[in-house]
Amino acid sequence: MSPELLNVLEVIINGLLAGVMYSLVALGFVLIYKASGIFNYAQGVMALFAALTLVGFQTGQIPFAHVINTIFGTHLETWGPGLPTFFAILLTMGVMVLFAYLVERIVLRHMVNQAPIILFMTTIGLAYFMEGFGDLMWGADIKTMDVGLPSGASTWFETMTAGWATEGSNYPGMYVDMLDVAAAGIAILLVVVLTLFSQYTKTGRALRAVADDHQAALTVGISLRTIWVIVWSIAGFVALVAGIMWGAKSGVQFSLSLIALKALPVLILGGFTSIPGAIVGGLIIGVGEKLFEYSIGGMLGGATENWFAYVLALFFLMFRPQGLFGERIIERV
Amino acid sequence: MFYRESGDFKTSYSADQQTFPIRLDRHVVYGILAFAFLVVPFLINDYWEKSVLLPFLVWAMAALGLNILTGFCGQVSLGTGGFMAVGAYACYKLMVAFPWLNMFIVVILAGLITAMVGVVFGLPSLRIKGFYLAVATLASQFFLVWLFNKVPWFYNYSASGMISAPERTLFGIPVTGAEAPPWMTYLFCLTLVTIFAFIAHNLVRGRIGRSWMAIRDMDIAAEIIGVPPLKAKLSAFAVSSFYIGMSGAMLFALYLGSAEPNDSFGIAKSFLVLFMIIIGGLGSILGSFLGAAFLTLMPVLLKNIMVGWFGWPADLAAHLELLLIGALIMFFLIVEPHGLAQLWRVTKERLRLWPFPH
Repeated sequence: MSPELLNVLEVIINGLLAGVMYSLVALGFVLIYKASGIFNYAQGVMALFAALTLVGFQTGQIPFAHVINTIFGTHLETWGPGLPTFFAILLTMGVMVLFAYLVERIVLRHMVNQAPIILFMTTIGLAYFMEGFGDLMWGADIKTMDVGLPSGASTWFETMTAGWATEGSNYPGMYVDMLDVAAAGIAILLVVVLTLFSQYTKTGRALRAVADDHQAALTVGISLRTIWVIVWSIAGFVALVAGIMWGAKSGVQFSLSLIALKALPVLILGGFTSIPGAIVGGLIIGVGEKLFEYSIGGMLGGATENWFAYVLALFFLMFRPQGLFGERIIERV
Repeated sequence: MFYRESGDFKTSYSADQQTFPIRLDRHVVYGILAFAFLVVPFLINDYWEKSVLLPFLVWAMAALGLNILTGFCGQVSLGTGGFMAVGAYACYKLMVAFPWLNMFIVVILAGLITAMVGVVFGLPSLRIKGFYLAVATLASQFFLVWLFNKVPWFYNYSASGMISAPERTLFGIPVTGAEAPPWMTYLFCLTLVTIFAFIAHNLVRGRIGRSWMAIRDMDIAAEIIGVPPLKAKLSAFAVSSFYIGMSGAMLFALYLGSAEPNDSFGIAKSFLVLFMIIIGGLGSILGSFLGAAFLTLMPVLLKNIMVGWFGWPADLAAHLELLLIGALIMFFLIVEPHGLAQLWRVTKERLRLWPFPH
């Protein structure tokens, strides 16, 4: 194969891997939207919060140390060497469940039967709140996350693909980040687990019932509140996974919460209500924006990744207003 | 007892159709306007201008614009920041290209240019609805900001990539640039906002406004009874972008003095304006002002309390401010999802009966 073709192939592979990362975030949106009709803008901040909490447990930070120091003039920093990664993840998961319970208890309970735009704005308020809360609790400095995932270039893949090029072309081989590959693997695992959970467990069936019709679900004795806590907990779990992946990739900092903006075009492309849609949408967007940046972006001055995903999604929407896999929108007068 | 509409009889059609048909409303509005035009300019100083009054007026204009689109026509838009950027850059190009042009005309022309851009980005609304549209309007936000970053023509090839407003005078007094006196910039913005708030108030109770509201309440039904969705939606996008463009121009030329697309017109600004109209009240002109006042004044107040009184470090105060704003937004949406305007309506109802319970 010629080096040009291999370059394109490399761009496509990296695009697919980036797309998986987008899907990871989009997945959390879809879960909550399906179960409660809430478009949860806070998903990105939830990922940030989960990552912050995980790092905080791992390094043994004292929560709110900064605030306590300011008020009482003390110099608290850490309470010890920190927890092993596995326990830190478990504890973080506990925090996310507690968070889900509190959100249901304090906010969502009062918002039943409100217009979708009001619910959407509530989640934006929640996003602001959590961002401020997370910063107060763990500090706003950039943290590095290390949970033992492989990272760096895959030399095995590089030497293998270097052999594919035509003789004497000096092709150095493809660059693939091990972390992206690991993330893709975990994302696939996550989707399989979620699918099995929703298809074969009692709770999963209740979740699907609620997603289908709130009232009908209530009449057969499914508790909406419990379901909502479960859904937000699962979304918190997905946020934790996304937070670990993105945090390991680019550090735990404020910009982590902006991945929500990366997931939105994925969502409208795939449809708000479809888990396969989130995956396929992520892959299309990942490959699309990388290819566009590679082929045309340079001519336009670069950094087209910021908007290309949205324009691509818009283009798809022109033909399918409900997204690729979304439920057909039926309107009656 | 304090708020009465009874005993206020009209003898002509024009009296019945006037902008504020209830005498008390009229007096209150005229009283506030008289205070704002005749008293405030003599009291204003640099601090009040830069941190309270100008931001309030600029964001009130933007909130008016978005409220026309989202509150009255039901099309949720997250592209406000991008459209404000269009207004700002149009204003800059006009100011530089035609130095003799009156600033009022510059701002209005900037609004008109934004209106044209708004119509183009409003086209998808004919096919896409609801959240899909909201996310689709983000395309305009990111694309426009990227465009103003990447095409040097827009910022006249300046090395820093920023635009800064040259000094322009009105009646011999500088209105833009560093030399402009606070009362001049304030009066300039106040005049524009007052005129266009009156226009908006009359627009939404006329034929166009009713067609917007019909589309908002149910677009298919509106189409069946003869409201053309194409005309209604695109006119809402045009008028809304016109207002937002003017507010962008004012933000850049009078308030900030210099602007840079990422910081001044980023996605955060789009959300800010959307918050204003939701907290103020969707589909209410008064609500746009209340929401803008709430969200521009509250951070100033919080900062003054936390940094000024308690002496907390600024970064901690910023985080706490973020937390409090989020909590307040959620609180407001839980207590009164229809916004401050609805709160005012309820208060009026109370005042009408007070002190008798029935």
